[in-house]
Formats: sequence, C-alpha cells, structure tokens
Amino acid sequence: MRTTFIESLSQAASENPDIWLLCGDLGYSVLEPFAAKFPDRFINVGVAEQNMAGMAAGIALSGKTVFIYSIGNFPTLRCLEQLRNDVCYHGADVKVVAVGAGYAYGSQGYTHHALEDAGIMSMLPGIEVFVPCDPMEVRAATQLIAASGKPSYLRLSRQGEPNLGAAVSDLRKPRTLREGRDVIILASGPIASRALEAAGELALRGREVGVVSVSCLKPLDESAIRAVMRDASLIVTLEEHILRGGLFSLVASAFAGDARRPPIAGIGIPEQGGKTSIAGSREALLDAAGLSVPAIVARIEQSLAKR
Amino acid sequence: MVHAAKASHIGGCLSMADILAVLYTRILRIDPAEPQSPGRDRFVLSKGHATAIMYATLAECGFFSLDELGTYCRDGSIFTGHVSHAVPGVEVSTGSLGHGLPIAIGMALAARSRSAGSRVFCLLSDGECDEGSNWEGILFAPHHKLSNLCVIVDFNKIQSFGSVAEVLNLDPFAAKWKAFGWHVEEIDGHDVVALERVLGAVPAPSGRPTVVIAHTVKGKGVSFMENKLEWHYRSPSDELLAQALAEVGA
Repeated sequence: MRTTFIESLSQAASENPDIWLLCGDLGYSVLEPFAAKFPDRFINVGVAEQNMAGMAAGIALSGKTVFIYSIGNFPTLRCLEQLRNDVCYHGADVKVVAVGAGYAYGSQGYTHHALEDAGIMSMLPGIEVFVPCDPMEVRAATQLIAASGKPSYLRLSRQGEPNLGAAVSDLRKPRTLREGRDVIILASGPIASRALEAAGELALRGREVGVVSVSCLKPLDESAIRAVMRDASLIVTLEEHILRGGLFSLVASAFAGDARRPPIAGIGIPEQGGKTSIAGSREALLDAAGLSVPAIVARIEQSLAKR
Repeated sequence: MVHAAKASHIGGCLSMADILAVLYTRILRIDPAEPQSPGRDRFVLSKGHATAIMYATLAECGFFSLDELGTYCRDGSIFTGHVSHAVPGVEVSTGSLGHGLPIAIGMALAARSRSAGSRVFCLLSDGECDEGSNWEGILFAPHHKLSNLCVIVDFNKIQSFGSVAEVLNLDPFAAKWKAFGWHVEEIDGHDVVALERVLGAVPAPSGRPTVVIAHTVKGKGVSFMENKLEWHYRSPSDELLAQALAEVGA
C-alpha cells in the first residue's frame, strides 16, 4: 500500500506543481522516489508532528495541497488539536496519511498500533476519511484526495496487500468484492480479505454471503449502502479498529432510525485500556483479538441464529 | 469593547498595542481593499486571546468599519473573544496557544517558494513559550534559513496564573533563541522608533529568521492595570473605564 501511495502521489505531483509532501522523519525506503523527483516540495520536518501539522496548514493556506506522512498515531493523535484548529476549522487543503493501520506494525507494540485513529479523525469537522482495502483503492484514494481541495485522512496498512476485487469505479461508493444477498459483510481496510475467507467458509455451509468494501468512511454514502443492505437479513461490519467511532459506529448511527432494516452486528478489536499489547505478527494479533476467520464465521453464525 | 462586552484580556492587549501600531502603519505590505492578495505580507497573531486590540487595529486600518466593533463578543457576531479568520484581515484563527508559529513557518516556506518576497510576522505571548510546539518550530526555522520569518514576543512577564519567573522561567531568554540560531533583537516594546527599526530590517542579512524580544508592560498606559495579573481577566467598571480612557488620552 505504501508503495502504491507514493507512486500515485508522485504521479499527481508531476501533474500538479502545488502538491507538497512533509514527513515526520519516517518513510525510509518509501518516500525517496518523491523526494528525489520533487526536492523543492518535500520536507522531512524532523520528529515534530505538531510543527508538521501546523506548518502544513500554513502552506495550504498559501494555496498549496499538502500531504503529511507518518506512522499511525503520530500524524493524527499527537497533533490532533493542530488538525482540528489549524487544518479543519480553516478548511485547509491538508491530507493526513498514516501507515500502519490496526495491527500492521505487529510486534512493535501498542504505541504503533492504530486502533482508534479512524474514529477520532472522523469526528473532526469537514474532513474526509478513507480506509482503502487494497492497492487499487489506495491508488483511487490518493488521486481523489489530491484533487478534492478538502482536509482528508488516508489510512494505509503497510506493504504486500493483495488486490481484492475488480477495478474501483467510484471510491466514494461501496465496492462489491463478492456477490451475495442474505448476509452482507461491510468491511473497511485490508481486513476485508478475512471477510472474503469467512464468506467462502459460510458458503460451504449453504449461506449466501456478500462482501462489500466501504473505504470512504466519511462522508458515508448512506443511500448507496442502504441499497446494498436492502435484501439482506443480516449486516456485519468488520474493521481493524475498535468498534467505537469506526465503521460499525458510523453505519449503526446512520441506519439506527430506519424502521425496516436488518440487524447490524459489529466485529472489531476490543478496547484494551490498561493492558499492554502482546508481541506477534499482524495475523497473530488479529487472531488473538477475535478476528480469526473461524471466529468471524462463528460470530456471524451466532448472529444468524438470533434472527 | 472589553468594557461593553464584559470581556477579558485587556492587559495583554495593551502590552502589544504599540507593536500592532507599528506593524500595521509602517511595516506590513497589505491592502484592506484586497485582503487576500497573494503577495501580501502575513501577520499571525498566536496569542489569540488578545483579540480586542487586533480587531480595533484592523478597523482603524480600514478592513471594516469601526461601528462593527460594537458587536464584539455579542450574540451572532463574527468578532469572537479569540481571534477569528472570519474577520477581514485576520489570517488565521488562534486561541489555543502554541499554534501560530508553525502556521507562520508554513506560510514563510510557501512565500519563499513563490519568490514573492513577502514576509511573515508572528506575535507570541511569553507564557505561550511554555508550549513545546513552539520549540519544534524554533528549531525548524533557522535550519531552513527562513529569513522572511519574524517572531515578536510580547514579553510582559505575566502569564495566566503568575509571573513568568515564578511559573516557568524563560531566562536566559535571548540566549535560548541565539543558541537555536535566530537573529535576536531585544528592545523596549513600547519604543515605536526601535520597533520600526528592527521590524523594518526583516529579512535579516544573515539569512536567519528574526526574533524581536519586546520588553513590554502588561496593561501599559493605564496606571491601575500596569503589571497587574488580574487584568488578564477583569473587565473595567464604568468608573475605571473613564479613568483608563483619560489616562491613555482617548
């Protein structure tokens, strides 16, 4: 995902001389192609995220489009008030790009796990939030935010993620990765690959399960998602994020008032306040958090049994 | 304005009044008829609580009519108690301290990339220099040789809940800026001749960003407000307003 992002951004920057990229002393072996091609529009600001975010606002308010890049919590939570006041309340054309979504940094520990970021960023006024599930969506998201003129958050995983579906036609709309009408899994981010595996397992048991990637968390295209949900008997949301504030919260609050709708079951990472994280690969940590494919299958079966 | 709105922060407004007067009459290349002109100089008020003096200055300069100041802090007014970019002539909204300098640095970088020759001035309070975000910026600006950037510190020695010396001492203040690589000017912040001299010398020939440490008096010009912490909060009564206006000759 990181490589696709920087390739897409370099392409956009070659067409738009007002695109700048700032990083907080991170991006080794990722950002070099941009830095080499556009040395006057690339700044490593140092390990100083508050200054990076405020500075990005100042550059953007001078007519530029500014991307800021770092790991998970650093360009988001560390400088949250700069993003709120200086970027969002001014409508500054700043794009926050975080790598290491969810457990992507595995054994590095909870400082490097981005588990609350999408929800917190979604709460900021006027920002658009994108959580792509595969490199094709990363490319579409980078192109979209480079031209949107709005504050944006782009949540990336790391590297090596496979493409999960057909070409992206409109990133703002839900993208069907697997057809199926009885149960619909709405997934955001690369965890969608586990949704596809779970859907395959459930199909073997006679369930008809569709998987839809919702990469644009804000603004949520409610009418398009409502159309996807229309004939389903169960909606499941799946995200590599805590349930509060993320995909489940956004979907549940959007459709809470619908008189006739299927139940909505949320699967995400349990809050872990007060506990330190264990070591492990992304896959192992997801499994431990109850997001293994068998656990997802079991959760869906339980929800179906309650219908 | 402060009296009518029963607002606060008059002490920190009076300490920087002379600085704004010199900036807006002698230094800044700005046009009230075209406040968004791309090549303009920028002024970022980082001590966003000192907003009454900011709005009054902009009105005096013709960005809007003096009559509009009567809505200050009133229901529905754009003239909020911390400075708002909804007001013509205000570059950015501030109020949470430690935000202005990084924004000003971004503006200085963008101005340099345009070769527009425009300068960016940023006014900090002394108490605000407790904020770590400022020191991130103070480290950054000399490294990138942002000579078109000028920081002014309204060094009135009194912050929100005590004196600077008691709360979190800044001394040796000038030496800190020098050690970070800034061109440092230390002056009496009520000496308008000195202010015009040092602000007019930006960008410094050394290629360094400039900091003007302006020694000021909180509540300057009003005997009962001078150097009094309480005037960070109080709003003057009718009698005290009359006395204050008489003392400053308004």
